[in-house]
Amino acid sequence: MWKYLLRRIALSLLILLGVSALIYLLVMLMPADYIDNQTSAALQNGSMTMEDVMRLKELYGLADKSFTGIAKSYIAWLKSTASGDLGFSFMYGRPVTDVLSDYIWISFIIAFLSYIFQIIIGIPMGVKAASNQYSGYDYTVSVFAMMGTALPSFFLSALLMNVFSIQLGIFPLQGLVTATRIFPSDAYIQVFLDKAWHLVLPITVLTTLNVGGTMKFTRTNMLEVLSSDYIRTARAKGLSEQVVTYKHAFRNTLIPLVTSLSGMLPGLFGGAMITETVFAIPGIGYMALRATRGGDIPFIMGYNMFLAILTVLGMLISDIMYMVVDPRVKLS
Amino acid sequence: MGLFDRFKTKKIEGVDDTMYLTLREERRITKENTKIIKEFERQKNRKHVTEAEYLTQMRDPSNVVEFDNLHTYFFTEVGTVKAVNGVSFDIPQGKIVGVVGESGCGKSVTSLSLMQLVQAPQGQIADGSIRYQAGNGKCYDITKMPKDQMLKIRGKEIAMIFQEPMTSLNPVFRIGEQMDEVVLLHVEGATAESAKARSIEMLNLVGIADEEKIYKNYPHELSGGMRQRVMIAMALACDPRLIIADEPTTALDVTIQAQILELLRNVKDKINGSIMLITHDLGVIAEMADNVVVMYAGRIIEQGTVHEIFKEPKHPYTIGLMKSKPGGKLKEDRLYSIKGQVPNPINMPDFCYFCNRCDHAMNICSKEYPNMVKFSPDHLTACHLYYGEGLQEQNQKRMQNNQSEGKE
Ligand SMILES: Nc1ncnc2c1ncn2[C@@H]1O[C@H](COP(=O)(O)OP(=O)(O)OP(=O)(O)O)[C@@H](O)[C@H]1O
Ligand code: SF4
Ligand SMILES: [Mg+2]
Repeated sequence: MWKYLLRRIALSLLILLGVSALIYLLVMLMPADYIDNQTSAALQNGSMTMEDVMRLKELYGLADKSFTGIAKSYIAWLKSTASGDLGFSFMYGRPVTDVLSDYIWISFIIAFLSYIFQIIIGIPMGVKAASNQYSGYDYTVSVFAMMGTALPSFFLSALLMNVFSIQLGIFPLQGLVTATRIFPSDAYIQVFLDKAWHLVLPITVLTTLNVGGTMKFTRTNMLEVLSSDYIRTARAKGLSEQVVTYKHAFRNTLIPLVTSLSGMLPGLFGGAMITETVFAIPGIGYMALRATRGGDIPFIMGYNMFLAILTVLGMLISDIMYMVVDPRVKLS
Repeated sequence: MGLFDRFKTKKIEGVDDTMYLTLREERRITKENTKIIKEFERQKNRKHVTEAEYLTQMRDPSNVVEFDNLHTYFFTEVGTVKAVNGVSFDIPQGKIVGVVGESGCGKSVTSLSLMQLVQAPQGQIADGSIRYQAGNGKCYDITKMPKDQMLKIRGKEIAMIFQEPMTSLNPVFRIGEQMDEVVLLHVEGATAESAKARSIEMLNLVGIADEEKIYKNYPHELSGGMRQRVMIAMALACDPRLIIADEPTTALDVTIQAQILELLRNVKDKINGSIMLITHDLGVIAEMADNVVVMYAGRIIEQGTVHEIFKEPKHPYTIGLMKSKPGGKLKEDRLYSIKGQVPNPINMPDFCYFCNRCDHAMNICSKEYPNMVKFSPDHLTACHLYYGEGLQEQNQKRMQNNQSEGKE
C-alpha cells in the first residue's frame, strides 16, 4: 500500500515536471508579455522609449525569448520552486504563495458549499430516478439535469443576475461586500450575513451546473447495481424494496460515488474562474484570470502548479477511499 | 415521408425471417407498451387488496405449486416477447421437478414468475395463474398476490438458488450479515444471536467445516463452490417448502457439481420440501429429478416422469435432446446437435414452433399448433405425430414403408 502510494507520487512528480515545462513555454511565447501590457500607453505618448522598455524586460527576465533563454529561465524557476519559493507576482507585487493563500479560501467556501448542495440534492435524486426508471420523475429529473449541465456558466450567471438582482432586486449584483454600507468594527454577524447574501447567486450557479452530473452519475451506477444478480438475490430473500434499494443497492453505488466525489475535494480550492469573474468575487479563479490576461508569469506558473498538485492529491484521495469503501480492493 | 421512414428502420433478425421496423411502427409499439404496462402496474400497485381476491383452491392437494396456463410477456421496444406462453405443470410435495430446454426457452422466466421477480415494468404476467399451497394451509394465486404479501413467501416458504454463485452474493457485506438478514426478516422474535446461531448451523449443514471463519468472510474470499454452498445455506435458513434451483451447478466444475447436487438432494430430504430444478444438463435431470418438464420457445412440449421421458421420449425435440446428451443412446463420437434455431420470439408462428427443425414435419404441422396428447396420467406431449391427421399420415407412411419392404 505505501509502496503503491510512493510510486503514484513519483509518477505524479514526473508528470508535473512535464506539465510545468509546457506551460512555461506557452506563457513565455504569449505575444504580449507583462511589460508590453504595462508600457504600451507610455510608449505611445512618448514618456518611455523602446530602450526603457527593454531595460525593464531585462529586469523581469522577459528579454530573451529564444529557446535557450526560455530554457535557462525555466530552470531558474524550477530551482526556486523546488525550494518552495514560487517567486514574486508581477501584478500583485507580492510573493505568489501569499496571494494564493489569501485568495483560495473564499473560492473554497463557495465551491465547498455548492459541493455539499450538489451531494445532498444530486444523490437522492439519482437514487430515486434509478429506482423508478422510465417514470415521470425519472424523465423530468434527467431533462433538468441535462439542461443544467449544458448551460454555459456565464449565461446562467447573467440570467440569474438579470432576474434576481436587476429585476427583482433580491440579491446583490456583484462583489463580496456591499460597498455603500459601513459596518461598525464589532458587527461581525452583519458582515457575515452581508457576505453570505452576496454568495447566494454564485453558489446557486455552481450547484445548478454540477448537480446534473452527480445526479446522472448516481443514476447510472445505481441502475447498473439494481440490475445485478445480488440484487435479485436480495429480492428473492423477501426483503422489501426499501431495504433492497437503500441498503443493498445504495451501499454498492457508494463505491464509485465516494471514489469520485472524494477525488473532487482538493479541486475545490482551485476556484471557479468564470463564475467568480462574472460576479466579481475576489477568489483565486478571478485572480488567476486577471494574471493570465496580464501575462503575470510567476503567478500563472504558481497557480497552475497549485492546480496540478490539487489534481494529484485528488487522485490519491480517490485511490485511498476506493480501498476504504470496497472490501475487494487491495491496492498493489 | 415514405422514403424518410425507409431510412430509419430497426432490424430484427429471426431465423427464417428478418423483420424491419420503421420509425413509425416503433413509436406505435412504444406507445402501446406504455399503455399496457401502465395498466398492469396499476393492477399490481392497488392498495387494500382483500385476501379473498387471491385465495384459491389447489386442483390436487398433494401439489405445492400448480402452474396453470401461465403467460409471461416482455413488452420491449421491438415488440412483445412471449417468454412464457401457456405453461401448465405441477410441483408435487416432496418431489424434484426438472425443467429442461435450450437457452432462452423461458425456464428462468417461469421460475421468476413464481417468485413475482420478473423484471418489471417491461416483464408482466399477462395471463394464467400459479397456485401455491402455503404453509398455513391456505392456497394462494401468486399472480394476483399483492407485493407486500409476496414478501412473506419469498425467502421464507420459497427460496431460490441462482446460476452464478460468483455474482449472486452482495460483495460489500460479510457472509454472516447476508445470512442473518433472512432469519431476522422471517423468523419471529429472532435476535442477532439467534440469527447468528441459525446461520452457523446452516453453514454447517451444507458441509462447511470452518463455519465461524466463513461467517466473517466477504464473498470474494470464497471459491465458487463455497459460495454456492452459502447460497444453499441461505435458502435453507427458514425451512422453505420449495427451493427453486436455477442452474445451480452450471458455473461450477464437474467434481464440485456432483457435491452440490448431492447436497441439494440431502437437504431436500431433511426439510421435506420440493425442488424445482432448472438445467440444460440432462445428466443432472436423470440423476436428480422425479418428474421432467421439457420446454421449447416458451411452451411445454413434453412432460412426464423421469423414467418415461428417458425411456420413451415422444416429441421429436425431446428425442433430439436425448441424442445430444453425451453418453446417450446414440453412441456417436461427436455430439448430436439439433440443427436450426429457435424461432424469433417476437413473431411466434401459430403452428408447431419446432416445425423448422423437425425431421418429421408434415403438412398439418405448419397449419395449427398441436394439442397435448396423453400417454399416461403424467406423460403428455404436444405433437401432431400422435393424433388426428398427423397420426393418419404417419400410419400411411408406415404402411408404405412396410409394403416397400415387403416387395424386396
Ligand atoms: N428482461 C428481459 N427483457 C426482455 N426479454 C427478456 C428479459 N428476460 C428474459 N427475456 C426473454 O425471455 C426469454 C426467456 O428467457 P429465460 O431467461 O427464461 O431463458 P432460459 O430458459 O432461462 O435460458 P438460459 O438457459 O439461458 O438461462 C428469452 O428469449 C429472453 O430473450
Ligand atoms: S408437431 Fe410436427 S413439426 Fe412439431 S414436433 Fe411434431 S412432427 Fe415435428
Ligand atoms: Mg435461465
